[in-house]
Amino acid sequence: MYSAHALSLAIWLPIVGGVAVLFTGGDGNARWARRLSLLIALAVFAATIPLYAGFDHHTAAMQFVENHRWIPAFNINYHIGIDGISLPLILLTSFTTVIVVIAGWEVIKTRVSQYMAAFLVMEGLMIGVFASMDAILFYVFWEAMLIPMFVIIGIWGGPNRVYATVKFFLYTLLGSVLMLVALLYLYFKGGNSFDIQSFYALKLSMTEQVLIFLAFLMAFAVKVPMWPVHTWLPDAHVEAPTGGSVVLAAIMLKMGAYGFLRFSLPILPDASHELAWLMITLSLVAIIYISLVALVQEDMKKLIAYSSIAHMGFVTLGFFIFNAQGIEGGLVEMISHGFVSGALFLCVGVLYDRMHSRQIRDYGGVASHMPMFASFMMLFVMANVGLPGTSGFVGEFLVILGSFQANGWYAFLAATMLITGAAYTLWLYKRVIFGNVVSDRVAALHDVGVREFSFLALLAVAVLTMGLWPYPFLDVMHSSVNHLLAQVSVSKL
Amino acid sequence: MTVNMQDVYLAIPLACLAGAAVAGLFGWAIGHTGAHTAAILGVAVAFVLSLTVFRDVVFYGHVFNGTVYTWGVSGGIPMEVGFLIDPLSALMMVVVTFVSLMVHIYTIGYMRDDPGYQRFFSFIALFTFAMLMLVMANNFLQLFFGWEAVGLVSYLLIGFWFTRESAVSASLKAFMVNRVGDLGFVLGIAAIYQHFGTLDYGAVFAIAPQMAGTIVQVLPGVSCSVITLICLLLFVGAMAKSAQVPLHVWLPDSMEGPTPISALIHAATMVTAGIFLVARASPLFELSDTALSVVLVVGAITALFMAFLGVVQNDIKRVIAYSTLSQLGYMTVALGASAYAAAIFHLMTHAFFKALLFLAAGSVIMAMHHEQDLRKMGGLRKYMPWTLITAWVGALALTGFPPFAGFFSKDAIIEAVQRSHIPGAGFAYFAVMTSVFVTALYTFRMLFLAFYGKPRMDEHTRKHLKESPAVVVIPLVLLAVPSAIAGWLGLTPLLFGKFFGNSIEVLPQHDVLKRMGLRFAGSAPFIAHGLQSAPFLLTVLGFATAWFFYIRYPQVPGLIREKAGLLYTILVRNYGFDEFNNAVFVSGARAVGRVLWKIGDVKLIDGMMVNGTARVIAWGSAVARRMQSGYIYHYAFAMIIGLFLLMTFFLHR
Repeated sequence: MYSAHALSLAIWLPIVGGVAVLFTGGDGNARWARRLSLLIALAVFAATIPLYAGFDHHTAAMQFVENHRWIPAFNINYHIGIDGISLPLILLTSFTTVIVVIAGWEVIKTRVSQYMAAFLVMEGLMIGVFASMDAILFYVFWEAMLIPMFVIIGIWGGPNRVYATVKFFLYTLLGSVLMLVALLYLYFKGGNSFDIQSFYALKLSMTEQVLIFLAFLMAFAVKVPMWPVHTWLPDAHVEAPTGGSVVLAAIMLKMGAYGFLRFSLPILPDASHELAWLMITLSLVAIIYISLVALVQEDMKKLIAYSSIAHMGFVTLGFFIFNAQGIEGGLVEMISHGFVSGALFLCVGVLYDRMHSRQIRDYGGVASHMPMFASFMMLFVMANVGLPGTSGFVGEFLVILGSFQANGWYAFLAATMLITGAAYTLWLYKRVIFGNVVSDRVAALHDVGVREFSFLALLAVAVLTMGLWPYPFLDVMHSSVNHLLAQVSVSKL
Repeated sequence: MTVNMQDVYLAIPLACLAGAAVAGLFGWAIGHTGAHTAAILGVAVAFVLSLTVFRDVVFYGHVFNGTVYTWGVSGGIPMEVGFLIDPLSALMMVVVTFVSLMVHIYTIGYMRDDPGYQRFFSFIALFTFAMLMLVMANNFLQLFFGWEAVGLVSYLLIGFWFTRESAVSASLKAFMVNRVGDLGFVLGIAAIYQHFGTLDYGAVFAIAPQMAGTIVQVLPGVSCSVITLICLLLFVGAMAKSAQVPLHVWLPDSMEGPTPISALIHAATMVTAGIFLVARASPLFELSDTALSVVLVVGAITALFMAFLGVVQNDIKRVIAYSTLSQLGYMTVALGASAYAAAIFHLMTHAFFKALLFLAAGSVIMAMHHEQDLRKMGGLRKYMPWTLITAWVGALALTGFPPFAGFFSKDAIIEAVQRSHIPGAGFAYFAVMTSVFVTALYTFRMLFLAFYGKPRMDEHTRKHLKESPAVVVIPLVLLAVPSAIAGWLGLTPLLFGKFFGNSIEVLPQHDVLKRMGLRFAGSAPFIAHGLQSAPFLLTVLGFATAWFFYIRYPQVPGLIREKAGLLYTILVRNYGFDEFNNAVFVSGARAVGRVLWKIGDVKLIDGMMVNGTARVIAWGSAVARRMQSGYIYHYAFAMIIGLFLLMTFFLHR
């Protein structure tokens, strides 16, 4: 029997732990800050394991539910729970945080305790977003999560970090405000309840649904990000420290996509069908337009950022074709993209720590001096290309299968990423890793150390496991996805 | 003792995988000997077990179709990794493991001084694993896994010498062109999944006849049968992998890779995956004359036009590469004519003699200190007797001199096309006949330029010329044996017998091989007929032409080249395919990407929407700020105006 508070533990352990790390104080105690942070990150990961082990695959009902009164005056509750959609994302969050702590180990030299604390607190808040079953609780986590990220980019970021943070903050804030309006409308409409599941039962006219859908879309599309509200992401990535980029790409982008599944589809089934054309169009634009933009990037991080946007296009495409392959494919793509984009940002980080440049033209011939690194990066690059046997294939393939059933041309347009994705990713790899050694600085590069090896190896195992045997990942999703499909197929008019 | 055959099936690819893992992961510790021992042991085990399986399937009829594990389930439809062991896959397994084993042994000699020795062995063992997974698959998904995995290893091996710009460019090109094919392949799989609800070969082929009448709308006003759509999409994949025009452009460049992999991957095995795919999917292709016609014509174009290019190449490996393209065209023609068995027969004989030719060329290249230019060779026959003899066997087999292997498989294809009634068969017959002559011309041109005439290399190289070591020569001899006799042995059972059983399906009205079988009772009558027919005369003519130009009057080719300048330029430039692709697709995509980035993202979205919003707000606030001037009379004035407006409003109501 698992603890009744297992889910709360996963949310609050990192937050409390993060505060504890702050108390280690200045950089004189950096060693202890690092060790304590790793310990907490591992403990949180361990705390999320029972959520998987004790998860019942056969039901779509919420599990590990906790429901306590929080602000009775407005009927706001501390109501949390998980299903097959949120569980994989929570595991991804706790896994990624361990990686990020290891990745920031020696690289971050100033304000170590604050850096580590920010990531741990953010971890708790992100798990909170995925676990919330109360709309206000969700909103609080959703907004609060931005603060540590804002700090991480603003303090440990690159030279142009102020522009990037402001852009990031304003973009997301603008979207969130409209979501709050939508949530308040649903609260009053539904008899003063913020319970998300009570929203599912609400009858809503088409006009109401479309307006609320658009309000949610603003919030979620910015986070995903969908074209044309994507331009904050490349800037944020370029300025963010490696760990920030990893969390941003691996988890934060998934929040928007998750929002579609938790709110838009089940609460607004008719609007979802009515506006599916818009969602599909935006997704396909993301896949094609953004891939072409990625092709001509000169900055490695920007290239991977654009690649992320294109991959997220697959996710949103999968969601709005309303079949099991599409939604499960989209979900798998989210998890896989968490591993792969995280890994690629870490690879760029490994190079950046040595060369202090992200410009592709400064590199060439890295393989001659960093063969082990080159092998790891080859794996992640191939996963980004979607090669079978890696996690990247599974989601793309399922989404293509799903969208082909909706319309062969959607599948065709989406599948162009097989070509463009390979073009930008492998061309990047070729220019950076292959060829003659271009400079003395490249010649002086040393291969990955134990610490770098450990996080790259962890991710490599994740990428290969999911690619060779996605069965268990898909298995936890089936019941919830089928339930969601049933919800979205029943009209509320 | 009873051995569970399922364990044997599983052991075959896993032995290769284990060899690859040991050589790749522990190569730094176990050195050259350890790495090649592990890899060779793995492949040797796979070869021996494949022979066992072959015997079990062919002589005892033990066909197996089963699942190894469930990869994933979505929408209630399972996707599995499993094996189908039938005569078709058993034959492929034997061919793949045999050629691979020969190449492994040969590599000990060829790559001896290469710093990437262990990595190379790891890759070729991994390739063998992937190729086995491809041919042993019992469903389209696993076929695609193998398909992509061989593509990956091909990419890694073409760019094996990763500091060479030409090599890494060639590897990227190979990957990209194959991705174009994958696009078709994946959509084909998606179409099968949608209309059949399964990806399992057996289930799909069982339902296929009922689906023959189903029509889908491709575009408003354009419809075609589901089967035709699926076949054409799958064939796009096959075109890229098996290098059919216009997706052939990557194969000549793939010669940048070390010669052993040119033999194994880019001649004998991987490039025939597309041929295998169509043969495997014969129950689908049989239901669509449209698809068969496309296959036939594409194959014919490749067979003819790629053969011409072989004549003008000066790089010894490129001559063989264009020859491979042309021969793949022959196989594709056979598929289009519904002579699937003939295609697989030619695939097999070609695997032997083409691997042999490549390895012989590699032997020459080693002796020449990695010089590949035919113009700098000549007279090698005195120095390399074993290489000479085996190269002759390969050349005679390729050009189709009886009783060498290529004669049977190539003549079978020509006879089959002649009897086919699929639209395009007339053109295909003309194409394959013409390229018989061209094949003999370029093959003997290469042989004569390399081994005969006066030595044209520098004195230093000439002094060091010597026969290659035993590890190189033994594989040549072992490949020369089947290149000589496989045709004679294989003809009757493979083409006219019941060898393939149910693994290949042909509709009665398409069954050209059956009609041929009625006419030729065995290998001897087939030779007797062949000696009197046109293809043999064309081969002899080709031989004579090559002899005339390159031994008797070696100054003539230069004169012709000068007279036929335009034609020569067209051929040397590969009909301009590369220029076209670079200008339209490569530069085009980058130009569009740059426009979308600089104008779409930077100017429109960021410039107008994002920063524009910021500017509007800034402007608005600036205006608003001006009102808060702090002067009492400004506020008083504003109040008076406001009062005035309000009064006016109320008075005029």
